[in-house]
Formats: sequence, structure tokens, C-alpha cells
Amino acid sequence: MSKTSKRFYLYFFLVSIGVAGALSFYASSSPDGLEKVAEEKGFLDTAKDSAVSGSPLADYVVAGVENERLSVGLSGLLGVLITAVVAFGIFYLSRKLGKGVKN
Amino acid sequence: MLIPRLHIPDGFIDIPTSAIFGVLALVFVAIALKGAARTLDDRTTPLAGLTAVFIFAAQMINFPVAAGTSGHLVGAALATALVGPYSATLALTVVLGIQALLFADGGLTALGLNVFNLSVLAVWVSHFVILTLKRILPKNKYGFTLATAIAAFISVPFAAAGFALQYALGGTGTIPADTVATAMLSTHVFIGIGEAIITFMTVSAVIASRSDLVYGYKEKLEVRA
Repeated sequence: MSKTSKRFYLYFFLVSIGVAGALSFYASSSPDGLEKVAEEKGFLDTAKDSAVSGSPLADYVVAGVENERLSVGLSGLLGVLITAVVAFGIFYLSRKLGKGVKN
Repeated sequence: MLIPRLHIPDGFIDIPTSAIFGVLALVFVAIALKGAARTLDDRTTPLAGLTAVFIFAAQMINFPVAAGTSGHLVGAALATALVGPYSATLALTVVLGIQALLFADGGLTALGLNVFNLSVLAVWVSHFVILTLKRILPKNKYGFTLATAIAAFISVPFAAAGFALQYALGGTGTIPADTVATAMLSTHVFIGIGEAIITFMTVSAVIASRSDLVYGYKEKLEVRA
């Protein structure tokens, strides 16, 4: 990979970390479009807790980290890192499968 | 709760309907897994991975749209413009999978519903809109970015319509399906404006620095050459 590509991808990654790790704290906490519609029209109570609602990252906070800013930011940072690992894995797997089909 | 829930939880839609959309989602993801390989090379594969990363991050930023309502980026048009529809489907599916499994956002039985609406429907609507507008709009960076933003705006009510359809088929609530459909569409038209703005800014930034890596733009240059 060329030096300019490396620098471009590094910036792209750093912006994502900044957004998930720091900016996310300032996001609106109002319910999103779907949840608002469910609340107003009266079917929000049909929602069930996710089977993984006890996950240490549930609801974008890190279990045990009391400080809200830190907790949300840390969950965002972890989410970014995990997404990077899984996404790169999937795209390299796709390319590997694609080569297998061609040959 | 600081970050509101972003996706369909378990329970809204019954299990048979969720299962049907789960199978549909699987089929489209399998097609994407094969199709993405044809569009990715050593230079653009990192962009595909980073697109998923950026979408995860950007979805955490809920923006206010009306009193007591927020919206957030889907990222379907953004991903489609940057890496093409197959890789966009994979990127969105990775994000939804991680959110459902680790962040308890979007139900586990509802994963197929969410993947169908956001990774499949919103992505392919975006792809079709971008292809159509590229023929009409000026064939330069501005025309392409504008096409992407318009696709972003349109893709959000389509994703909302996807939910309305799922609710009509298997909603567990007692509210009439047409009431839900009207409410979903009217709310999500406003969220689509936010989607268009964020998509416009992001694609502008990428295309200004590295237009050679952008799938939709590169394709057009090849046609001209």
C-alpha cells in the first residue's frame, strides 16, 4: 500500500475512533424514529429484552464503569475495534471465496 | 440510557415472519459475500473494512429531528457509493451483527428483519438511485456526491417501509398496519434529511482526498475512458 493510502486510511480510522469514543457522548438521547413511533402508536410494550441484554457492552455502556462519559466512550472505542477486526475478516474471507470460485 | 436503541428489538414482529426475513437476509448476504470479491482489490479492501468501522461509529450519533425524536445514520447509501452494493451489504451486516450480539441493540430473532431493511433494501435502493442519477447529473465529483446524498435521503423511508411491511405481515401489536406505516414514513422522511447531510459530508471528504478509491466514481471514469 502506498504511503498516501496508508495516511488516508489512518485518518479514516482516527475519525471513527473520535466519533465513537468522544462525540457519541453528545448524541441525542431521545428515542429514535422507530422507538418513537412504537411509543406513540402504542406497541412499544411488545418489545422483549434481548437474550444478550446482560452483555457487558449492552446499551453502549461498559458494565462496571460508573462515569457516563467514560463508559459510553469506552464502549464506542471497543465497538470500533471489534468492528474493524470482524469487517476485515469478512472482506478477506470474501476475496478468498471469490478466488476459489474463479479458479 | 445515553445512546437510544437504534434497531428493531425482539417481540415487535412474530417469529414466523422474523424467520422468513432471516432466510431472505441469509440469501442476500451469501450473494454479497460472493459478489464483493469481484469488486475488491488490495487497495480498496481496507476502505470496505473502514466503511463498516465508520458506520458503527456514526450510528452512535443520534441527531434530533423533532420534539423528543432522534434519528441516526443508516449508512447504506454512503457504503454503496464508497465500496459498491455487495460490500455495502457486508459492511452493514457486520455492524448490525455486532450491535445485536454485543451491544444488545436490535433483537437476536429480529436480526434478519434489521439486515433485510438496512443491509439489503436500503443498500439496493441506494444503488439503483445512484446509477439512475449518475446518468442525469453532471459527470463530476459534485454530481456524484449529490446523487449519493439523494440516494441517502430516499433509502431511509424505504427502510422504514420495510419495517411497515414486516409489521403488516407479523406485527404482534394490535395497532392497524396502515397507522404504523403512515407514522413510520412521515417520521423517517425527516430522518432521511439528516442521512443525506451526513452522507454528503462524508462522501465529499473521501472523494476530495481519494476519489480513485471510490467504487461508484471509479466505475464512471472507466466508462468514460
